[in-house]
Amino acid sequence: MASYSTNEFRSGLKVMIENDPCEIVENEFVKPGKGQAFNRVRLRNLKTGRMWERTYKSGESVEAADVLDTEMEFLYSDDEAWWFMNPETYDQVAADKAAVGDSAGWLKPQDSCTVTLWNEVPIAVVPPNHVVLKVMETDPGVKGDTAQGGSKPATLETGAVVRVPLFVEEGDLLKVDTRNGEYISRAKE
Amino acid sequence: MTAGSRAGLEALKTWAQVLAELRCFFADREILEVQTPLARNYAVTDPYLNCFRLDAPGMQNSHSRLHLQPSPEPAMKQLLAAGSGSIYQICKAFRAGEQGRNHLPEFTLLEWYRQGYDHWQLMDEVAELVNQVLGARPVEKIAWREAYIRFAGIDPVTATEQALAACAGDSGIESVGTADHDDRRRLLLDQILVSRVEANLGQGCYTFLHDYAADQAALARVSDDPWPVAERFELYIDGLEIANGFHELNDSVEQRRRFEQEVAYRRKNGLPEVDLDEPLLDCLDRLPDCAGIALGVDRLIKIKTGVPDLNTTPVR
Repeated sequence: MASYSTNEFRSGLKVMIENDPCEIVENEFVKPGKGQAFNRVRLRNLKTGRMWERTYKSGESVEAADVLDTEMEFLYSDDEAWWFMNPETYDQVAADKAAVGDSAGWLKPQDSCTVTLWNEVPIAVVPPNHVVLKVMETDPGVKGDTAQGGSKPATLETGAVVRVPLFVEEGDLLKVDTRNGEYISRAKE
Repeated sequence: MTAGSRAGLEALKTWAQVLAELRCFFADREILEVQTPLARNYAVTDPYLNCFRLDAPGMQNSHSRLHLQPSPEPAMKQLLAAGSGSIYQICKAFRAGEQGRNHLPEFTLLEWYRQGYDHWQLMDEVAELVNQVLGARPVEKIAWREAYIRFAGIDPVTATEQALAACAGDSGIESVGTADHDDRRRLLLDQILVSRVEANLGQGCYTFLHDYAADQAALARVSDDPWPVAERFELYIDGLEIANGFHELNDSVEQRRRFEQEVAYRRKNGLPEVDLDEPLLDCLDRLPDCAGIALGVDRLIKIKTGVPDLNTTPVR
């Protein structure tokens, strides 16, 4: 099994901690005057997204995680899974609910997503920063009020709910920022 | 000229100014400036220090025993033993594998020795120096043991290993398993120092941490009053360790015993084997009573200028 020594630690490195794949976010070398050297490390657990802190005696090794970020095209979802395809190899993989998480609301067929594969199994899915989705349900629009004031909820084709301006109507296409779930503008097909 | 190189030029000027101030400080006190070899045929036994070994590809016997020195201490002690009187040196020092916000594998040390001084007198002189270079602050002295009690709520001398582990664990540090009991204890003490004690030192003042545990004496004398403590101190400013000083041990038998302990530790832990520094041991019995200190100039300038990272050189 491949492993990394503390002197190879840098941000972005993927390692196994307590059987979970993690990414090093920050690595600090610490050494008291006549004492031992440590590496104080902040890691993101790639399965849960939670931040962890760990301290290693310098020179120790940590098992490498076989983790790869791959650009994949979202195909469709069924009762059990979200299916993605590698556009180069046409390989298909199924991501479960735990891997897709809140991204489910932003996945539209044919959009290109970043799928994090651990031992070739998806553990996380990041949609594009901006997606265009159709409004399926919202209160009737207020004519003429295109500039200011007020917002209302709108349910999109994926089931996601976003706050939109009052003038938005059912059937409109909206550009949404997936990182904060905020409405950006109306969009054309 | 780009913004980056202008900042680089400012840094160069600050360095030049600080170096001139330091030399002036020692000239005023009639302390002799010396230079000693940066490369010697010896590495250090300290198991927590790694040395670079020099290589000359293409030369006969290119596999030399020359090591870049992690400190000019052994060479300067030979000068003292030969009758130099008080001396100082500003030089590069080299420690492999030390790279971070507060560490560079190649850095600048100010090292000086005061003949006839003990560590208390030297602390006073160090305080004068930082007051001059960084501006006036009150001076605080706190014993190593007292610092653990005050800031981490634990007595480093009497606490059980379990209590130390719990204390280190409080600060989000996972305990690191090593086989050896003394080693584990030392590791936990280091963790607590780094994570819970250091940040409190030198805040609005210049803090001297003194009276270290006897097993952390290194090259310092050990006194037995009121319990065995090393006559060693460190200076902290803004939570950062700046300097390490000793009331220098001049007993070659005791120093050899400590070195041999470190060699044994290295062997047991699979660390590179290191020859004893015989020229250093040879001179120790002739070393006059003195106190000495090594001060990190890069860190001194980091504090003076407020840059967040030591590694700011524009040169690659």
